[in-house]
Amino acid sequence: MSARGELPTWVDVGLIPLINLVLALLISGLVVVIIGENPFQALGIMLHGALGSLKGWSYMFYYATNFIFTGLAVAVAFHAGLFNIGGDGQAYVAGLGAATPGLILGGALAAILPAGISQPITLFVALMGSILFGAFWAFVPGYLQAKRGSHIVITTIMFNFIASSLMVYLINNVFRPITSMAVESKAINDAYILNFREIGRLIGMKLPSSPLNPVVFLAFIAAFIIWYLLWRTKLGYELRAVGANSEAAIYAGIKPSRIIMIAMAISGGLAGLVAFNEILGVQHRLLLDFVGGAGFVGIAVALMGRSHPLGIVLSALLFGLLYQGGTELSFAIQSISRDMIVVIQGLVILFMGALEDAFRPSLTALFFKVEE
Amino acid sequence: MTPAIELIGIDKRFGAVHANNDVSLSIAKSSIHGIIGENGAGKSTLMSILFGFYAADKGEIKVQGKTVKVNSSTDAIALGIGMVHQHFMLVDPFTVLENVILGAEGGALIGPALAKARAELKRLADEYELDVDPDAIVGELPVGLQQRVEILKALYKGADVLILDEPTGVLTPDEADHLFRILQQLRNQGKTVILITHKLREIMAITDHVSVMRRGEMVATKETAKTSLEELAELMVGRRVLMHVEKGAAHPGEVVLDVKNLVWRDRKGTPRVDGVSFQVRKGEIVGIAGVSGNGQSELLDVITGIAKATSGTVLFEGEDITDLNDPSILRRRGMAHVPEDRQHRGLITSFSAAESAILGWQNDAGLGRSYHLNRNAVIERCRKQMEEFDVRPADPLLKSSKFSGGNQQKLILAREIGSNPDLLIVGQPTRGVDIGAIEFIHKRLIHLRDMGKAILLVSVELDEIRSLSDRILVMFAGRVMGERGPDADERELGLLMAGVVKDAA
Repeated sequence: MSARGELPTWVDVGLIPLINLVLALLISGLVVVIIGENPFQALGIMLHGALGSLKGWSYMFYYATNFIFTGLAVAVAFHAGLFNIGGDGQAYVAGLGAATPGLILGGALAAILPAGISQPITLFVALMGSILFGAFWAFVPGYLQAKRGSHIVITTIMFNFIASSLMVYLINNVFRPITSMAVESKAINDAYILNFREIGRLIGMKLPSSPLNPVVFLAFIAAFIIWYLLWRTKLGYELRAVGANSEAAIYAGIKPSRIIMIAMAISGGLAGLVAFNEILGVQHRLLLDFVGGAGFVGIAVALMGRSHPLGIVLSALLFGLLYQGGTELSFAIQSISRDMIVVIQGLVILFMGALEDAFRPSLTALFFKVEE
Repeated sequence: MTPAIELIGIDKRFGAVHANNDVSLSIAKSSIHGIIGENGAGKSTLMSILFGFYAADKGEIKVQGKTVKVNSSTDAIALGIGMVHQHFMLVDPFTVLENVILGAEGGALIGPALAKARAELKRLADEYELDVDPDAIVGELPVGLQQRVEILKALYKGADVLILDEPTGVLTPDEADHLFRILQQLRNQGKTVILITHKLREIMAITDHVSVMRRGEMVATKETAKTSLEELAELMVGRRVLMHVEKGAAHPGEVVLDVKNLVWRDRKGTPRVDGVSFQVRKGEIVGIAGVSGNGQSELLDVITGIAKATSGTVLFEGEDITDLNDPSILRRRGMAHVPEDRQHRGLITSFSAAESAILGWQNDAGLGRSYHLNRNAVIERCRKQMEEFDVRPADPLLKSSKFSGGNQQKLILAREIGSNPDLLIVGQPTRGVDIGAIEFIHKRLIHLRDMGKAILLVSVELDEIRSLSDRILVMFAGRVMGERGPDADERELGLLMAGVVKDAA
């Protein structure tokens, strides 16, 4: 006995995302046809590329790790009624917090402590650094929104550009060793997260090479923590109250400005974990553009996952599949570039975000007709 | 003579609310016709139907004797109907001329239209005392002149019938007088004016006919000259069947809430609460009557810490809380608040009932240690409250929006009363609530009073105020017009609500 105009939960969180995905894939298929290739063959290559081998699966989970972090970042802000578009910039700046402990503290600790002790300490500091730097880069727009009324969408976009310029300057002028031509820091060996292939080698197991490393577990833990935060804590309750109805929140004595700043800081901290994964688990150095657009994919992931941590994990895996499959596709069919994934991603955002209301009314009408 | 406008059997529902119930109205040409009624009586809905904003569910509209369909404001304008809204529809950075031709630009280039409008504006200014500098920036004009621009806009588009929705709400008395002169000029030149208001004095001052609406129905249409303030007040408030609430005499104790000279000004500096003083004691219900929009909401906001007082003091249990501005601290000290607007404030419609049932009390120690919110405790608390207040369906996990108005209100009351407050502030406790729930809610309030709690009740329902209150304050235009006992004459209260003080006259 649902009120009119409200769809049952399974339609809302299951069917609508599915319809949107299918539509996005259909239109992408059309694009493939226009290019002059067979869309079914393309789809087959993509699926096989991601799911046909252990290596494919590993890459899928590697991509998904970053997408879970950024998807959660977007979702937390979204629950507080904020649209954080700055995930990319926040992850980028968090690179400072991820890299610096390994470059400075790690060496000093390694000199006095055995590696088994100094490495975990340095990694922990780097983890905190990633979170704090990302949180700071999101807190500032949050503060500006809460206290000065500057719109968060505008400021976070601008902060992406500032982050980009700042990082180019710092990496080139501060982190780059004087003798090096490459615009990147020296290798970070004192805070090194082994990937699964390296771990497997230690215990005598042969695994395919991929950047996948134990940080993927951190992503799943983060998803659980965010779920717990939102639905099992007083802070989460207040955060959702502000997002759902700020007037009621004020009536309840909740201060929206405080919640906005906290939500943005949490959001940025989550985005910052991308830096922890990329720099210490994959690249082992601070380099340009290591975020690779994960912040923006996070928007699509959060939209598709209905801003629920479980949905985000699932949609992050889906996007991981698309990324890995897309890479394989561009190898297999030369006329299709890797940007095909960007097209699909864009279409998903278009259908989930911008056009969602286009399908909802007809779906609602259809649904109630069937029910009657 | 054919009436300028005829509305026959207009019916309009918004969900459960019957905004217009078989309303018929005939408006004579070249007259000023007033429509009065309390807020929510259906005046604005009726006019919105005439102006094409809403489509009526049933009924017929006749203009100059011909049946017409008004599907949009464009249709209405083409039929010679113009409307001046309560909140102006003006583009602030544009000049008066630019605003006047808005929607009548007549081509890609606006030069010719501007020239034509300039000439026309001069003519209108001479004819109706409607002079405004055509090149002034609208945003920089005082409110009275902005309203004149609205009227000019309608006339420029050829309006023969002009609808004004609460036109004097924003005007000073001088500006209002000028407006009335303009309206009289318009009538004398053959235009028809429909004036929507809840101010009786205005009706008496300038209308030829007056129609009274109450709860979506057209109660009466009178010739203004043949009626009186008292009669209209009574028609407007209505002699409803007095719901009987069993209650004994009050035993007021010590003062719990003491409001002294409280003033609250809005952003424009207009005092919305203007020097209000009163006290509420233990074991009594103090009712604040008044047509909505006369400062009651703002008064409640200031007392409960949502808005900041401009001046004056609020003492709660002897302590000065004027500058505290923190609803959560006040709650902990024992001030509970049932807000006037339950949909937007009282609960969060997208949350489950259980989650809405802890709104404002989410930091209670009983709901989990430190940061943790114990879901089972939340659900259990809601289940108990639902049982005690007979909320149906008694499902704590159901979304708040899916409960009926009465059950939503019971949920809120259960939450606020359940906290065992010293002072309960209640705004419109039974607005949009069915009869059964009203009785229940009234009984609970009396019960709370008899337990020695202080209650401040704000309601636009005069009956409710009269049957519950031990003392009645009447607010008008931000001021307390007077205090009366619970047995005060209904008509007298009605006059006070309309801003007429008998004793002073």
